Amino acid sequence: MDIVISVFLLAGGAFAAIAGVGLLRFPDVLMRMHASTKAGTLGVGLSVVSAAIFFGDDLITTKVVLIVLFILFTAPVAAHLIGRAAYRTKTPLWSPTVFDDQSDSDSTDHRENK
Amino acid sequence: MMALETALRVAMILTVVGLVCACIRLIIGPSRSDRVVSLDLITVLLVAIAAQLAMLYKVAAYLDLGLAIALVGFLATVAFARYIETAEHGYTTADTRAGTGTTDGVITETGSLQEKTNAENLK
Repeated sequence: MDIVISVFLLAGGAFAAIAGVGLLRFPDVLMRMHASTKAGTLGVGLSVVSAAIFFGDDLITTKVVLIVLFILFTAPVAAHLIGRAAYRTKTPLWSPTVFDDQSDSDSTDHRENK
Repeated sequence: MMALETALRVAMILTVVGLVCACIRLIIGPSRSDRVVSLDLITVLLVAIAAQLAMLYKVAAYLDLGLAIALVGFLATVAFARYIETAEHGYTTADTRAGTGTTDGVITETGSLQEKTNAENLK
């Protein structure tokens, strides 16, 4: 059982470190969000699940399921809000970006020079 | 048991590496959105730290701490996102659309033009 807990712990820590490095190294707000939200959520989920296996108690497992479900539900909502805010405030995209899907599609466009 | 302790310490070190990277991005991040993204990652990684502390000290109450951090962190992220969207500028003026206008001839001119129209709309 120790080996299972260790594998979950190491995988969680590795995903947490990957999320941090991606947040630091990617060139663009949206790409940084891509790294931090997905890898961060997976890292936290693995760490918390390893705690559930470590204690092996019904009540603690319920709490862990609650934490995982809560993070899985709220992380996409928060990422969507930040991404929308970043796009609408015209945060610069990465310079090699060649196509902006939103740029001439609807009336909520703020990027064109009118 | 020894292997588990080693794994726990390595996992904590890796998580702290992620936290340090997020803090660096929080300090240098050019736009407000970068800072909010890094704050979001910091709160999420603090939940992982809480779970690892629960295993380190063998106190299950740290998991309640993680649940509370997750709740408050989500509310903070939503509030900051709303604040960015309603504020005037979400970025510092130094990197205004730098390099995004690949087809535009004069990048800085379009940036300043955009700034001016925004300012006029606000009046």
